[in-house]
Amino acid sequence: MDVRITINDAVKKYGDFVAIPDLSLEIQPGEFFTLLGPSGCGKTTLLRMIAGFNSIEGGKFYFGERLINDLDPSKRNIGMVFQNYAIFPHLTVRKNVAFGLKNKKLPKDQIKAKTDEFMALMKIDEYADRLPEKLSGGQQQRVALARALAIEPEVLLMDEPLSNLDAKLRVEMRTAIKEIQNRLGITTVYVTHDQEEAMAVSDRIAVMNLGVIQQIGTPKALYQRPANRFVATFIGRTNLMDAIVKVSGAEKCIVFNNGYTVKMDNLTDVTDGQKVCVSVRPEELVIDTTSEGGSLTGKVLYSTFLGLNTHYVVELSDGTRAEIIQESQIDDIIENGTEVKMVVKAEKINVFTEDGEKTLVK
Amino acid sequence: MKKKAKFDFWVIASLAVLVLYLLFMVYPLLKIVSQSVLDEKTGKLTMKHFVKFFSQPYYFRTLTNSFKVALFTCLISLVLGIPLAYFYNMYEIKGRKLLQMLIILSSMSAPFIGAYAWVQLLGRAGVITKLIKSLTGVTIPPIYGFNGILLVLSLKLFPLVFMYVSGAMKNVDKSLLEASANMGVSGVKRFFTVVIPLCMPSILAATLMVFMRSIADFGTPLMIGEGYTTFPVIIYKEYVGEMGTNHNFAAAIAVIAILITLMFFLVQRYLTKKNSFSMSAMNHVERKKAKPVTNFFIHLYGYGLVAVALLPQLYLVYLSFRKTNSSGEVFQQGFSLQSYQHVFKKMGNTIWNTVTICGLALILIIVLAILISYLTVRRRNVLNATIDTLSMVPYVIPGAVVGISMILAFNNKYMPLVGTAAIMVIAMCVRRIPYTIRSSVAILSQIPLSIDEAAESLGAGKFKTLVKVTIPMMFNGIFAGAIMSWVTLITELSSSMLLYSRKTQTLNIAVYKAVANATDGRACALATVVSVFTVISLILFNKVSKDGEIMM
Repeated sequence: MDVRITINDAVKKYGDFVAIPDLSLEIQPGEFFTLLGPSGCGKTTLLRMIAGFNSIEGGKFYFGERLINDLDPSKRNIGMVFQNYAIFPHLTVRKNVAFGLKNKKLPKDQIKAKTDEFMALMKIDEYADRLPEKLSGGQQQRVALARALAIEPEVLLMDEPLSNLDAKLRVEMRTAIKEIQNRLGITTVYVTHDQEEAMAVSDRIAVMNLGVIQQIGTPKALYQRPANRFVATFIGRTNLMDAIVKVSGAEKCIVFNNGYTVKMDNLTDVTDGQKVCVSVRPEELVIDTTSEGGSLTGKVLYSTFLGLNTHYVVELSDGTRAEIIQESQIDDIIENGTEVKMVVKAEKINVFTEDGEKTLVK
Repeated sequence: MKKKAKFDFWVIASLAVLVLYLLFMVYPLLKIVSQSVLDEKTGKLTMKHFVKFFSQPYYFRTLTNSFKVALFTCLISLVLGIPLAYFYNMYEIKGRKLLQMLIILSSMSAPFIGAYAWVQLLGRAGVITKLIKSLTGVTIPPIYGFNGILLVLSLKLFPLVFMYVSGAMKNVDKSLLEASANMGVSGVKRFFTVVIPLCMPSILAATLMVFMRSIADFGTPLMIGEGYTTFPVIIYKEYVGEMGTNHNFAAAIAVIAILITLMFFLVQRYLTKKNSFSMSAMNHVERKKAKPVTNFFIHLYGYGLVAVALLPQLYLVYLSFRKTNSSGEVFQQGFSLQSYQHVFKKMGNTIWNTVTICGLALILIIVLAILISYLTVRRRNVLNATIDTLSMVPYVIPGAVVGISMILAFNNKYMPLVGTAAIMVIAMCVRRIPYTIRSSVAILSQIPLSIDEAAESLGAGKFKTLVKVTIPMMFNGIFAGAIMSWVTLITELSSSMLLYSRKTQTLNIAVYKAVANATDGRACALATVVSVFTVISLILFNKVSKDGEIMM
């Protein structure tokens, strides 16, 4: 049942425009795999190539050992969930869910049993005989999911399934999706542009930009050790700062513009005097008034109290702005205009080449 | 995924449709063109028919006449129809649904019947003319000629403008009106600077429809025009005229007619392209109650206009129940059902003809329109793009021209269709199909592609998807459209007039002939039968159509 998806050297062209130049990927059996990226990055294009709705201009797509390049979408045994649900409006919920089963020419009692099972699983059994237009967006999406799952596909494909829902439903539904996927253990490819959603549901994520995979990894790896500046800025928020590498013997440091020097023990491939781009996430930048060993300096521009955390926007001495997130304290919020000193958490920050293309952290 | 087998079901379907177009539309039209440059006696190549048309004012004037009629009809229809649509969508009107029904109903009969009825009312011996004369001694100016044609056609065609523009106004978002009010533009000024421009695409579409219908109509000028001839009349006369016919000359006039309509069509397309945008209201405009005085005028305007437009039809119904002499020529005192008795006894086959011929045409039109719209929307390729273009051609071909082209093309021993019911069915299909295709395309375009893809991902092949998912989803819209097509088919005159034989006479032709034979009672009874058909169809339409939206 669980199937591995292998993509070798995929190419997608629209006329002369190359949407995906050369992409290879392996998705493990039973894995919840997400394609994440800004709009136009090629994630939906790739998903539709897997589904069979887009032509494939080059490369090979496998489900397990089976080459599927020329297989009709109706024969790929995929379940697909669409952004706009694509529920058949003229069919009741039950008939929608049973649609794929009927095409498989299953015996009637089996169709009924399976339909009932998946409607119960998605908690839509009470609407079985209603027409979809009477259902809310969340319920419709449940129907779409039940319909896709009922045929017990080898692969489940989801194209931004939650983007038409309101914020609260989105969180609720993504939990439901994750639970169901865990229970059924079906290989799932999920497309979204929402990084928080991707982190919440995925086993692994492929971050895409301009048709190229920037990094594949677990949510934790992507957030903590991004492969390049694009991933660092696309996943979560970060402050980018210029710095210079100083190598003296076995000791490697980075030196910020104001001379603040941080000792690093995880840099590789660096030379003395090399210009680098440092990514410091807001929580990795700490206000420390007592700092002895040097620090970044700046002035608080404004602050936002958000309950758990307090955000500060600081203008650094070199004129750039940085964002800081601190756990809210019981004493007063730092006044606007206050001069502050800041240090970075050396073990957490990331260092990239000056052009941001490559990480220099082990 | 493209497959190796290129010649799948859809390619065959495309080719079949293409063959149908080539055989029943392109070939007949080419036949017209070729006939127009041949000498009627020697069969040699000649331009003399065109020279004759443009050098003799008698012929040439028909062209300017037609153009004038069409232009002014457009103008008046717009002036009547747009305010009506505005009131209808912006204000509370009592009996809204009924008013809409009546507006549509008033457009749903052949214009020549309207013309005939107006003659009965306002002609030299018309009841109103006589009444005014006896009351005031004033003789009202005659309605024959240009003014009469204009009156009849405008009252017949303003409902088209109403329907198109009303459809557009429904899609104007409330917030657009609120935004303009917010910036200080409201009332009449808003109507002209915001509402009208927003409805421009529909206004242009309506203008095209009105223009084509009025320039191609030949029953009206024949009935009420007297000396004022338009070119469809000339075509008809040159073809079946009493004073010797000249098919080649008729063909030449037909070619000129096509060029004129084509020109207008292209201008309209150009303007539409420039004004093309689409709207979809998230918040519909709430109709408000007008202030008492305004309210009164809105109702007076709406119902008054409809009353005037429907008056002739109602008068014919009244006449149909009047007693006549035995041959049906003269009305006498009192009422009787004798006209109907005659109609049902002697002319029962015309009713049957109407049902079978129009019914068959309707079925063909629906099946082909669904197929063609599916091909052009969902299976876009060079072949289907060609079909798409071809499917628009009948827009610019006046009915009389279709009729002639059919005769010229199928009066041979290989396809001897002249005089058969088949040729009438074909002509009706050719004439009506672009409208049904267009509404099917509109419906199909609203169905997201992902619905098809969902069906496919669930294991349904392309054909199964079409039958199980796409067509059922289109059904409501198509069925509603079909009823409208049905009405236009049973009221069709201009092409059938040239194509019918004794055996294939339909109701509308029978009305025309009864009028021509001065058997007024029977004409009225037949016209009433057509109206009854129409009313039943309209009621049916209102039952199936979700929001009473009409797509022509």
